[in-house]
Amino acid sequence: MNQLLYSKPSSLFKVETSLATSIGQIQLDRPVMLASGILGISLDVFNRLYRSGAGAVVTKSLSTEPWEGYPNPTIFGVKGGGWINAVGLSNPGAPNFAKMIEPNQDVPIVVSLVGSIPEDFEFMIKQFENCKVTAYELNLSCPHVAKVGLEVGDDPELVRKIVTTSKNSTDVPIIAKVGLGTTHYLNTVGTAIDSGIDAITAINTVRAMAIDVETQRPILSNKFGGLSGTPIKPIALRCVYEISSKYDIPIIGCGGVSTWEDAVEFFLAGASAIQLGSAVGDNWINVFGEINNGILEYMKRKNYSSIKEMVGLAKKS
Amino acid sequence: MQRNHNHTTIVTIEKVIDETPTVRTLVFSDDVMSNVLPGQFAMVWIPGVNELPMSVMITREPGKAAFTVRKHGPASTGLFNIKEGQQIGIRGPYGNSFDLKEGKLLLVGGGTGLVPMMRLLSFVKPTDDVTVLIGAKSKDEVFFEEFANSMLENNSHKVLVSTDDGSYGEKGFVTDLVEKLVNESHFDGVYVCGPEIMMYKTVQSAHSRNMFVQASLERMMKCGVGICGSCCVGEDLVCRDGTVFDGEHLSSNKEFGHFYRNKAGILEKY
Repeated sequence: MNQLLYSKPSSLFKVETSLATSIGQIQLDRPVMLASGILGISLDVFNRLYRSGAGAVVTKSLSTEPWEGYPNPTIFGVKGGGWINAVGLSNPGAPNFAKMIEPNQDVPIVVSLVGSIPEDFEFMIKQFENCKVTAYELNLSCPHVAKVGLEVGDDPELVRKIVTTSKNSTDVPIIAKVGLGTTHYLNTVGTAIDSGIDAITAINTVRAMAIDVETQRPILSNKFGGLSGTPIKPIALRCVYEISSKYDIPIIGCGGVSTWEDAVEFFLAGASAIQLGSAVGDNWINVFGEINNGILEYMKRKNYSSIKEMVGLAKKS
Repeated sequence: MQRNHNHTTIVTIEKVIDETPTVRTLVFSDDVMSNVLPGQFAMVWIPGVNELPMSVMITREPGKAAFTVRKHGPASTGLFNIKEGQQIGIRGPYGNSFDLKEGKLLLVGGGTGLVPMMRLLSFVKPTDDVTVLIGAKSKDEVFFEEFANSMLENNSHKVLVSTDDGSYGEKGFVTDLVEKLVNESHFDGVYVCGPEIMMYKTVQSAHSRNMFVQASLERMMKCGVGICGSCCVGEDLVCRDGTVFDGEHLSSNKEFGHFYRNKAGILEKY
């Protein structure tokens, strides 16, 4: 019925209000976001993703300086589905990136930031003063780069300082992206909430590896990477359910969403929006429109007029 | 069970052919790769070294495929140094392919950009009139001239070579030869692969004369499947939207022929 709703190649389409969602202060016209680390280095590509149905795009995680990332192989396709990647947070650096997105007016951009100390985040947020930024997402969960990401997320005192400093640096909402590390992620979430975070993205990829039996070597140049895609969806869903059961905080579900049913599952578990990345590798950019259309059909069938009505419903049963 | 094209498959190199002092062709057996379309590519893993995108070269034997590599950086030098009997990993094929027109065709290849052109030659019809242009820096760096001639032995055809230093064939850039040929006659299809400036000029020459032209683009590539974003050119992703793009589309791309992205994703001028 809505087959063509999101496939117009060159013009911004009319927004279906029933797909609108809010993640605390963050308002989105559609609930399906591009996750960090995916396709995130060109404003032209962001525009295309938005036209294709993404409610917002999260940038690659930006550092204070440009990073080249790891040598290839940086990605491995798992036989049963899903990916293991260790791209190594390659990015142009926050100052270069800010210049690139300065002309943006149309696309809701969530700027993902990665760093080791509170001052890194303060410096990077400052770079975006002249940009239209929907939110910042603090990467406290990348599982394959030393001294940032998960290593930061595993240190509650550092999380407290980084969230506090970031909140003091801007009025734009700030999201913490948490993952599975050595510290229980629920404690990291609790610390972030105590420090004033506006929302939580859960989860990041899960630390993993692949070994080739013929050559008897680890395949990724970094040996370890992060597992994403359908294999981690049940884990991510469990985390969203647990967070929403324990805390009153807006949640963005992330991990293995590839169909509209996956997205709805996350809403029912307590997420107000979802992010996806691996599904782009499987189904390319059309995946945003397909999932939006599926959610719309489901809402019509079940008589929901907003995403909000579905959020956390699974906990009532 | 059907092969998952995203999963790395290990193949053994059966033959190494020296094409020039810096270019080698590595032959291996693989049904999937032996049947890829011109313009498609594989991600090639050199264990312990790197992984890089490569066009797939044709061979004379059914079930066999090859990679033709010029030693340049650490990854391509690693592949160049692979010996007979050693193993490499492949995943793919990825990407789209050339649309083959009929009639008078012009194929332009620079360096290892000749690889998809050679595969394209295996699809031409006996009635097609085919001109192949080979661009090289010097006589030492010319390869596939004989191969192209033998592929076209049943066609009305020409294989022309230009070298930058004039040590063999016409002196000058291959794009000068393109300009001359498209000025003299109409081609039903123009195909190009090679250094980007060469492709840019070829596309301009043909497109400005309303000829159908396609180029197979090359960019820094990490994932090959549309996730990492490193191969973007404007809003296009070479791995998923390409590698082959029409001249019409490329003419409106602000980055093609002007900018590339470095390993950190920063836009730099050619």
